[in-house]
Amino acid sequence: MNNFKPVNFGNMKPAREVAVIGIGLTKFGEHWSMGLKELAVEAGVKAVEDAGISGQDLQLVVGGNMSGGLFAGQEHGAGLLADYLGLNPIPAIRTEGACCSGGLAVRVGYLAVASGMYDFVAVGGVEKMTDVYGPQAATALSGAMDYETEAYFGATFPGIYALIAKRHMHDFGTTRRQLSLVAVKNHSNAVHNPYAQYRKKITVEDVERSAMVADPLRLLDCSPITDGAVTIIIVPADIAKKYTDTPVYFKASAQASDTLSLFSRRSITTLDATMHAVREAYRQAKVSQKQINLAEVHDCFTIAEICAYEDLGFTQKGRGGKFIEDGESEIGGKIPVNTSGGLKAKGHPVGATGVAQIAEIVAQLRGDAGKRQVKKAEIGLAHNVGGSGATVTVHILSNKR
Amino acid sequence: MTKEFAVPFHWRRFRERYQLIGSECIHCKKSFYPIRVICPSCRRSGHMKEIKFSGSGKVYSYTIIRAPPEGFKEYAPYIIAIIELDEGAKVLSQVVDCEPKDVKIGIRVKSCFRRIRSENETGLVLYGFKFKPVLGR
Repeated sequence: MNNFKPVNFGNMKPAREVAVIGIGLTKFGEHWSMGLKELAVEAGVKAVEDAGISGQDLQLVVGGNMSGGLFAGQEHGAGLLADYLGLNPIPAIRTEGACCSGGLAVRVGYLAVASGMYDFVAVGGVEKMTDVYGPQAATALSGAMDYETEAYFGATFPGIYALIAKRHMHDFGTTRRQLSLVAVKNHSNAVHNPYAQYRKKITVEDVERSAMVADPLRLLDCSPITDGAVTIIIVPADIAKKYTDTPVYFKASAQASDTLSLFSRRSITTLDATMHAVREAYRQAKVSQKQINLAEVHDCFTIAEICAYEDLGFTQKGRGGKFIEDGESEIGGKIPVNTSGGLKAKGHPVGATGVAQIAEIVAQLRGDAGKRQVKKAEIGLAHNVGGSGATVTVHILSNKR
Repeated sequence: MTKEFAVPFHWRRFRERYQLIGSECIHCKKSFYPIRVICPSCRRSGHMKEIKFSGSGKVYSYTIIRAPPEGFKEYAPYIIAIIELDEGAKVLSQVVDCEPKDVKIGIRVKSCFRRIRSENETGLVLYGFKFKPVLGR
């Protein structure tokens, strides 16, 4: 395998520090009575209330949404958001990076505050996926691939991750059971998350008896189709304590890009964009992976979580399967991963996922995570992936300034 | 609501898809599919020329699609693979003329010209390269 070449992103640092003072989530799942705007408004109102500010304080809205057009017939999501949140005439920006749309919203909001341009920013993410039938949803998601060289030939999104899984098993001996254990762990965590879509434990046998989607990936290896919205309120760290006793601070915001098509990559079992982004994130936060107390990672498929363990540096390349097998990523393990239930069980409203990951880290670092609380958590990491790895964001947060 | 596009959307790609044409960087000699204007390795110091791939290569990874997308239902289950061409570039397409159980990582394949999708709502039949196992390897 060719060697990974680290890249220096420049000596980036924020003009000022940024904190999260409020979070708001809808329940994730199938919402027959709520459309795109109702979901976004519920999350937005909850976040404003949680932050203890007034809607009038807000100066900018940034919203992640992958494909309002194909899922709900509605583009121009930013305008829709400002309109129905009653925020006109403040500016609103929609970000899009497939399943990383939410991570990009977080990053754009962070840049807006860190640069000194804005003091009160609402960062949201929303996806309404169940207003279309399954095949149409799959067609919408297929746009996250390189359409002309992957989807054209009949590749599906699970199919692309299956190619990663097959090669990972071939190169490193990763087993069927190890994949299953990722789904089992994430379902077990979701039981304690009131916002999760599937609050139900499953077994290895359940996963291995579920329908084959794209060998070796089965139905229970895949994240579901989900409606949901999340908003967080971010402000300069200097004023955060005026609004809450438990602000959570951004220690790093990093992003990297790679080829849209999986086959064009240096390696298909490593997400180079994750490797670049996390390296930059650790540099900005002045921490190593050893200091990370918990992580929300992008487990759109079980194999993706195993690759994430490796690419984020939690374990060596090829040892991701062993990492889950040894219980290292369970609550109580070395680095608890996806305490929320992850994309697999919490649900994956694609545009909201990146923001939902931040909301989970904030809940954990505030000590508000109830039965899924990670003890003495101080530093958390959020890892959001677009497509099969063309766009990746990594954020590191801490409850210590 | 499948994604159906006007004729030029497919027509402008026919050489790449019918003849397996890509790019090679004169500077670093790396080859790529599809055609690229800028070398991803050398970036602007590179210079790209068109090449026609031989079509010979081996299976780098594969899967069997059992939940097909719109437009592919009649073909399922079918094999999707990443093929490492002998020139070094990789491409993605289907492996045909064999059973799913016959495909393994590393088997030699050769490109062939096939129908990709039957007639869609706009009346177009789409074609392109697929791969078939090389017998008696």
